[in-house]
Amino acid sequence: MGVRVVVVGAGVVGASVARVLSRYEGLEVHLIDTNPDVGWGVSKANTGIVHGGYDDDPDRFPLRAELCALGNEIWHRWVEELDIPHAWSGALVVALEGDQRGELESLLERGRRNGVPELRIVEREEALALEPNLTPDVEAALWAPTVGQIHPVRATVAIVENAVDNGVRVHLETEIRGVKVKGGEVRGLETSRGFLEADIVVNAAGLRADELADMAGVEFPRIRPRRGEYWIFDRSAGPKPRRVLFPTPTLTSKGVVVTTEVSGHLMIGPNAEDLPPDAKDDVGNTAKGLEEVWERARELWPRLPSRRLVIRTFAGLRPEPEGGDFVIGTTEVWGFVNAAGTRSPGLTAAPAIALRVRDALVELGIELREKSRWKATRRDIESTIDLSWRERASRAREDPFRGRVVCRCNLVTEREVLEAIERMRAVGVRTPSLDSVKFRTGATSGTCQGSFCRVRLVEILAREFGVPLWGVTLKGRGSEVGVGDVKVLLRGRA
Amino acid sequence: MGTRVEGRRDVVVVGGGPAGMAAAARAAELGLDVLMVDEGERLGGILPQCIHPGFGVHYLREELTGPEFAQRLASRVEDAGVDVLLEAHVPEVRWISHAEKGVRVLSPGFSGEVRAGAVIYAAGARERHRFEIGILGDRVAGVYTAGEAQTMMDVYGILPGRRVLVVGSGDVGMIVARRFALEGAEVVGVVEIMPYPGGLTRNVVQCLEDFDIPLLLSHRVVSVRGRGRVEKAVLMRVDEGLRDIPGTETEVECDTVVVSAGLVPRVEVLRELGALIDPATGGPVVNDRLETTVPGVFAAGNALVINDLVDHAAEQGEQAAEGAAEFLRRGGIPATDWVRLRPGEGVKLTVPQLLSGERDVWIYLRVNRPVRNARLSLRGAGREVRLPVVRPAEMVRVKLMAGEVRRAKVGGREVVAEVYRG
Repeated sequence: MGVRVVVVGAGVVGASVARVLSRYEGLEVHLIDTNPDVGWGVSKANTGIVHGGYDDDPDRFPLRAELCALGNEIWHRWVEELDIPHAWSGALVVALEGDQRGELESLLERGRRNGVPELRIVEREEALALEPNLTPDVEAALWAPTVGQIHPVRATVAIVENAVDNGVRVHLETEIRGVKVKGGEVRGLETSRGFLEADIVVNAAGLRADELADMAGVEFPRIRPRRGEYWIFDRSAGPKPRRVLFPTPTLTSKGVVVTTEVSGHLMIGPNAEDLPPDAKDDVGNTAKGLEEVWERARELWPRLPSRRLVIRTFAGLRPEPEGGDFVIGTTEVWGFVNAAGTRSPGLTAAPAIALRVRDALVELGIELREKSRWKATRRDIESTIDLSWRERASRAREDPFRGRVVCRCNLVTEREVLEAIERMRAVGVRTPSLDSVKFRTGATSGTCQGSFCRVRLVEILAREFGVPLWGVTLKGRGSEVGVGDVKVLLRGRA
Repeated sequence: MGTRVEGRRDVVVVGGGPAGMAAAARAAELGLDVLMVDEGERLGGILPQCIHPGFGVHYLREELTGPEFAQRLASRVEDAGVDVLLEAHVPEVRWISHAEKGVRVLSPGFSGEVRAGAVIYAAGARERHRFEIGILGDRVAGVYTAGEAQTMMDVYGILPGRRVLVVGSGDVGMIVARRFALEGAEVVGVVEIMPYPGGLTRNVVQCLEDFDIPLLLSHRVVSVRGRGRVEKAVLMRVDEGLRDIPGTETEVECDTVVVSAGLVPRVEVLRELGALIDPATGGPVVNDRLETTVPGVFAAGNALVINDLVDHAAEQGEQAAEGAAEFLRRGGIPATDWVRLRPGEGVKLTVPQLLSGERDVWIYLRVNRPVRNARLSLRGAGREVRLPVVRPAEMVRVKLMAGEVRRAKVGGREVVAEVYRG
């Protein structure tokens, strides 16, 4: 057998690495994650922006600068090949009255150095013509037409599905307990499911990339969780911008964004709050963080809808590496390759990072030959909500499951749910979770936040996975929706 | 099932809960050709999940459980010869002409557009959820709305949790608290942001006190914490202005948080159709035939205004059916110089919003704070009503005579509902 590559971390970076490597003859690619589904770490809760590449200073953060611009280019191709929901909406970086204009000039200059096409500065009037609800305090803005948006989890799912189609094997709910290194070379991984031999280990472990490197005895900068909080409004709530709106960036962050995300909801966030190193799971929302987001967003978008139209708040963690730049490539341990430190613009750079990992394999002397048969494309689940009325009705007449609407707010039918379940299985999901269905179909993420359809999804998941209703989870073991049948406590007492 | 769907119908009723069933039955009894569509697998709307008694005292003159009440109406619907289509979602109602609407239906059995002379929209309400009432913290399993918890227990047979905190002391919140207690769960408290309970005193006694469930007034749930499931909730005291009082945070261990924070009429379809929405009710503006501002489209039940009694929802269904029958008979509800009914001092909402003065009319209103020894004044109509007590939780229902409405036609063309003490 050829070279066995184990990619640790099934987020968007690990998934991208797996997909890129699935293209070559003689590689046996495995993708491992502790979560019950793919894309549930850092990839799950972020702004979903495919950045332009003008933010990152090529002198201080050369990897970020190079891979962001390249990643943007590759995403333009990947969203088509993989049928990923996206919007190439472009972005405006807004300078307010005062001294922010100089910052736009340096962004423009940086963008040019990084090879970002079509950037230009628009004056106040043009900015307001483009976005009439933008703050009247705008002085000028940087217009970046190549900026886009994707749904980050759906993107990760799409990439993994395609990778699996091309022979990648996925191991979910698998914890890494150690990295076996012998004679300065990687030999394999100790996991909660036993030992997995490996010639190459790719460290795409996101927030825990430093811990994985420690296990291999590889030096790695510490990773701190940086929390960002968000508000998301009902689809009916507006006004909504047509483009992604950024404030002028600061050193720590690109600032609070105002955007209409891919499924059509106004969304604002994130702030940037550094958490202690041991808080790598704390994705809780706080009043302080959310208030900060609200105030910042209002500076750009004074006509924020009423808070009564908020349907969800959420938070995510970005892995902030000491030093600030990505950590990618070979290490002092032969076969241990980093694809980590992926703070923003990690999502944008992911496909480009994957190419760097491929290059690292070549550097290690592994001969890569393209497969003669490699499948470049994958189709998404057809969403009823995206169809015309005529199409909806005719699909439903052909297929009764297409006529059974489960999620009323987002018009998700039982067919879409069943297809999501089939695809969950295909990427190795073992535990039935509502979130797995939500991220694939949009069910439970509308106006009512699942109060109508959650229990119906539970019923379908229980039936398809052969578990009792109360054993279905929200997001993996330990998040079961119930504690037993309705008489379980009374029976226990008798 | 021999249900006929295709073809033009006199009336299509959207929603098979109490309002929809009453509307469909009444319309059919008036000799109209009626199709009723409902999203559920069975008729009844939210009634099947309400297994407690207290339904039908006014409307049917006997006290029933929710499923029993639903069954009574369902039998009447069947006897009246209404065609019923279940598991049917209506994403859109289309304007074709004054005399014809297109009701778009997606269902496993039939998908297409049904033409209707009149439409009665009775799609009910949705529940406000944790994010709308600002419960922050972790997004974990174990947070349910009250209706969802009822459905889990009494339709699907799932026990949601062992240690339960209920948010909101309206009747529904208290009834759900008792429901959990009856299954052996520990209800650690019912949290109410207002300084008084939201529901009936009867329910405070029978649902909370009788089961030793603590009621925490002037408190709110700030956040829930946990990894997979809820592990605890953080409460805070609020002042009279409902503002948090810093330093009053307490933590309550629980595995379940049930949010009973009120209902919102489901009006997206009506709004898309161009119906005017009343910000006070959240439902459509209607005239005294319960016709929306879109001619031929009527509304009833919780889609019209949030009711606290099923009896009122059913009654509105019947009224809407009579309105639809008149619309079909006369080719429209005659336009008139409507008298506007609107809320004034102490009143939160009033329905219907437009009165003709051609007939006696039931008006529904809700006050915005509790008042003992209250005087309800319908200014413009020259009517005063004395009420021993009025509370936001209890809809006030008053019959206004045609002559009283006509009196307003000479005056300011409006009737203003006001509530005073004494």
